[in-house]
Amino acid sequence: MSTRATHAIAPNGLTTGAIALELDGVSKRFGRTEVIRGVSIRIPRGERHAIIGPNGAGKSTLFNLISGRFEVTSGRIALNGLDITNRKPYQVNRMGLSRSFQITNLFHRLSVFDNLRCSVLWSLGHRHSFWNNLNKLVDVEQRAEAILERVGLKRRRDIVAGLLTYAEQRALEIGITIAGGADVILLDEPTAGMSRGESKRAVELIRDVTEGRTLVMVEHDMSVVFDLADRISVLVYGKLIATGSPAEIRANDAVREAYLGQPAAAA
Amino acid sequence: MLAFKPINLGRWVVWGLTAVLFLLLPAYFNKGFSLTLLSQMGVTIIFALSYNMLLGQSGMLSFGHAVYSGLGAFFAIHALRWIGAGTLVWPTSLLPLIGGAAGALFGMLFGYLTTRRAGTPFAMITLGIGEMVFAASLMFPGFFGGEGGITADRAVGAPFLGIPGITFGPQVQVYYLIAAWCFASIVAMYALTQTPLGRIANAVRDNPERAEFIGYNPQRVRWLMLILSGFFAGIAGALAAINFEIVSAENVSAIRSGGVLLAAFIGGAAFFFGPILGAVVFVFFAVALSEYTKAWQLYLGVFFVLLVLFAPGGLSSLILMNLRVVKFRKFRRLRDPYFGVLFSALALAFGTVLVIELMYHVTLNVGQGPAIRLFGMIFDTSRAPAWTFAGVVIFGAASAFEFYRRRFRQQWHDVQREIEDWVRDNP
Repeated sequence: MSTRATHAIAPNGLTTGAIALELDGVSKRFGRTEVIRGVSIRIPRGERHAIIGPNGAGKSTLFNLISGRFEVTSGRIALNGLDITNRKPYQVNRMGLSRSFQITNLFHRLSVFDNLRCSVLWSLGHRHSFWNNLNKLVDVEQRAEAILERVGLKRRRDIVAGLLTYAEQRALEIGITIAGGADVILLDEPTAGMSRGESKRAVELIRDVTEGRTLVMVEHDMSVVFDLADRISVLVYGKLIATGSPAEIRANDAVREAYLGQPAAAA
Repeated sequence: MLAFKPINLGRWVVWGLTAVLFLLLPAYFNKGFSLTLLSQMGVTIIFALSYNMLLGQSGMLSFGHAVYSGLGAFFAIHALRWIGAGTLVWPTSLLPLIGGAAGALFGMLFGYLTTRRAGTPFAMITLGIGEMVFAASLMFPGFFGGEGGITADRAVGAPFLGIPGITFGPQVQVYYLIAAWCFASIVAMYALTQTPLGRIANAVRDNPERAEFIGYNPQRVRWLMLILSGFFAGIAGALAAINFEIVSAENVSAIRSGGVLLAAFIGGAAFFFGPILGAVVFVFFAVALSEYTKAWQLYLGVFFVLLVLFAPGGLSSLILMNLRVVKFRKFRRLRDPYFGVLFSALALAFGTVLVIELMYHVTLNVGQGPAIRLFGMIFDTSRAPAWTFAGVVIFGAASAFEFYRRRFRQQWHDVQREIEDWVRDNP
């Protein structure tokens, strides 16, 4: 908890110059296949950063390495200046990083409200308490209600998460991810499988809930990427081939060749 | 919304009625046998609820839960002996605390190993630990009493609160001791489901991986739940020790572990009160039915198989799903097929029981002659009519049952789908 407090978000994240997330020569091997090859990125606090790349480039693997789901083969990862290399997912989360999943990953037998209550418990310090009545913890209730409101699921509060529609499940997925108040948010293809309209609403939601936080997202939909991202990194075959502003990425020859080959996709 | 929270009156009524029921039961069931039955039900209710803290609430299928109740029982019976010998000053009424502490301690010890994984690995390790403790109970006769077990006299302690005559010698006093502990344990275990740990245990059950990404170590959550579950299992074990005044290797055996699993499944693991129902039914089979027939285990097994096949959520989900149908005013559509199914099922059960009892009589009661009295009728097992009658009943009832079952199934699925669609669209 204390680590998060000392790294409170500055009113204007970028101007502090502090680095929220830093990867230094990160590599990952599965057997003899090297899936991530020496990736180094520095993402300043408050930035919205998108990672793009063709299928199989290793984007999701990179997320799994950062969030502690997989162990790195070599290299170093730091969160707010603290080393998180090969920490367990729950340790990384407690230090202020939260992630969503490409395939919806909820507590499907709990109500929508309980999904969110569970997600705020640790950060509010209730941990493994078995001496408090959950229904009487006003801080938990207020925070969960606020998240419920923000992700637009107030009407679905008491329904079991498994019964939600796909778009609603994606919204809850984002709600769970931001509920704990982490200041670095990783979203893995948040608009995958959505219609145009749903995707538009999702972008607004993401913009709203990541205000003042650092966002790293993997996304296939280029309109979403160029709409949301301050900077973009391009990953091809486990290697970072470019990092820069949307305009720089559009103009980058190597990127055009490797990934944005079809001009229509870059629109 | 946050400012005003009316007291949940319904909950107080339920708890109040439960307490009154526990108090008044002996007034009607005052024979020695009924009191024994009630006492065992009380013990089994605590045990089954503690088991469901693992199975239903935390997603851990344990094959070795008797380890915790059994070891709790051994510590309690030794404590009882020490009380009798004057080496320990401790009220008999608080023996369950000793059993509970022992259960929690061993939960801490074994749980540290078993809770690393859920699912099949957890189940396999609990099986192994169960066998290990059972083997140890025969290897260390000093503590476990070997084949004969450890016996004690439950009436040796000082009178309860100094009231002369309350020594827990008479069965009715033991019943009230068990009832009091049972009530307190039910309340405590229910309260636990309403705490942060209780809810996170559900989250870990549903999706241990996601739980890690909201800051929780699933192993730690499972471990804490196992320790608390061991505590309540130990309470149940100590009460069993007081009730029977003997504890043996059987108390930590796989048979006991299987029994509590059966009880929890019969009642249903998805709802808090399920295992209470399951415990009552299980004890009824094991204690009451075994008085009437040697085939009680066969009946219990068949009942269990049918339940898992047709109502995998157990009795509690069966009841709640029907209540939901009633609430949505759709029960009328099920009423007629229900009648058909119930009557043909009863007839089928009657025929099946007849055949089983006839067979048991032929093979096990050779010395008693061919005649047997069943359902107020005399059957001659050496002649054809008895068997033919049973066969005809079974055949007729099975055909009728299959016919009504299909009709019922169709209606049931339609009704359930309508309700679920409604729930999905009208939160």
